[in-house]
Amino acid sequence: MEENIIQVENLSKSFDISSKEPGLKGTLKHFFKREKKSIEVIKNINFGIKKGEIVGFLGANGAGKTTILKMLCGLIYPSQGKLSVAGNLPYKRRSNFLKNITLIMGQKQQLIWDLPPIESFYLNAAIYDIEKFEAKKRIKKLSDMLEIEKELYIPVRKLSLGQRMKSELLAALIHKPNILFLDEPTLGLDINAQRNLRKFLQIYNKETDATICLTSHYMKDITSLCKRVICIHEGCITYDGKLEKLLKKISPVKDILFICRTDKDAKELSNSGFIIKNKNQNEITITIKKEAIKSTLKMILNKFDIEDLYINEPPVDEIIGNILVKGKV
Amino acid sequence: MFNLNKNKLITLLKVQYSNMLEYRVEIALWAISGIIPFFMLNIWTNNNLNESINLSNVMLSRYFLSAFFVRQFSVVWVVFTFEEDALLGKISPYLIQPLNPFFRYFAQHIAEQITRFPFALIIALIFFLINPESLWIPSLGLFLLSCLSTFFSFLIQFLIQSIIACFCFWTEKASSIERLLFIPTLFLSGLLAPVISFPEYVKSWIYITPFPYLIDFPANILSGNNTNIISGFFMQIFWISILFPIFKRTWSMGTKKYTAMGS
Repeated sequence: MEENIIQVENLSKSFDISSKEPGLKGTLKHFFKREKKSIEVIKNINFGIKKGEIVGFLGANGAGKTTILKMLCGLIYPSQGKLSVAGNLPYKRRSNFLKNITLIMGQKQQLIWDLPPIESFYLNAAIYDIEKFEAKKRIKKLSDMLEIEKELYIPVRKLSLGQRMKSELLAALIHKPNILFLDEPTLGLDINAQRNLRKFLQIYNKETDATICLTSHYMKDITSLCKRVICIHEGCITYDGKLEKLLKKISPVKDILFICRTDKDAKELSNSGFIIKNKNQNEITITIKKEAIKSTLKMILNKFDIEDLYINEPPVDEIIGNILVKGKV
Repeated sequence: MFNLNKNKLITLLKVQYSNMLEYRVEIALWAISGIIPFFMLNIWTNNNLNESINLSNVMLSRYFLSAFFVRQFSVVWVVFTFEEDALLGKISPYLIQPLNPFFRYFAQHIAEQITRFPFALIIALIFFLINPESLWIPSLGLFLLSCLSTFFSFLIQFLIQSIIACFCFWTEKASSIERLLFIPTLFLSGLLAPVISFPEYVKSWIYITPFPYLIDFPANILSGNNTNIISGFFMQIFWISILFPIFKRTWSMGTKKYTAMGS
């Protein structure tokens, strides 16, 4: 059996947070006596990730997704538990480990603001001990893939958000990392830029067999990149498995849009006791349990004059959104 | 922990120098703002204070010009930049690179000094035009020794501020600790007055602190004033060898406390 490249056992992380009551009284109290609370943001989690896997971490804001990524890449120390990434203890931050990984945070940048990205690329190449000739080759290849050849020589501050994000990605990948930690990599990008970035990540994963851990609030990132997802709720793992299975498990229904030929049929159909999701003149969308589709369709088609019908899966955003709110799978 | 080699250092310096050149106007203004030793020279000579320490007007002018130069090439601000970067989580990407982030700040300082050099030279030329009698050319040996002691002075200040900067991992406003050092640095370093002018009882303990080796010692070497070169270098190396392990330890302990706030 293939060994996990990332192994997490009973991992926990707590942060000390001081709280302050509002108003002058609270301010004075806070000045003289700080009340500190230890908050456990990650609670005893376990999972393993195999080489080449793309895993999406799902959860509401503050669920603990980013904290997990930060511990996996060695940025912060775990409070408890065992953690191994490519055979290393990440928090030791050994050089050979750091040369194997990268972290991209959608809201943070490492490029030097006033210089063209090419300067940061050469700097990163030197930091990762890549020879200039090799660095040139990699910059050429990655800039071709990311379609940013023209932007290499323009100061970062003059680039658009999408161009900057692509440049960040290039800077983070110049050392050919085997493990990528991506924290909301498409944050703030327009639809085309998001699509291009996803396409690039798919190609990178295929070409290099890199392992990718991803968090994103854009469900399209998750559905088009990740076969496996880990759902986090209040620091605990509530689901770890295939995305497809998750969708089936939590959404055992389909939406069927019926277009009735007459107003009378539309009215009767909408009053027949089905769960009506949407109604627009003669167009009625009904939510039906998957196992009852055949019999329900037969009954409706026999009873009503239906001009056309469409069977749809409920939108993934809607399903995942429900998990994030409930925290249960 | 450090993983620095020649290639990394040269590339860092090249990139940071390009970056600093983007701020040439700001750096020129910074260079001009460092002319405090010239004001002090004016106060000293106008009040004939130099007579009390047996230093001629010419030697005093040379001392303060040298103090200006030493100051230009030993100014340190790492605590402020690091504090901002740590609080906003900007150091996160640098922490997971195989190079200690302090080398970036170190290179920024060196690059800034290189950028300052022509402006400092212009100010010195203006100084000589106003005070032609103060013009002197130090011997190559003294010049090189003063460059070395200025670099050591920079290293001492950089290490002190870096240690303070590491306190950002525990307290959010570590730069306020640096403010505590501002007064002794200003008065005891030789920026406002040569240390030789201090009362004997002050001098008896001041030389065991790092302060006189920040400005006074390198400025005395450059200006050709009497100074004990061997003991001066000994004390500079002593302080560097004390501060460096403290920095390493503080850094190692601090990064364990890092919470990557804001990112």
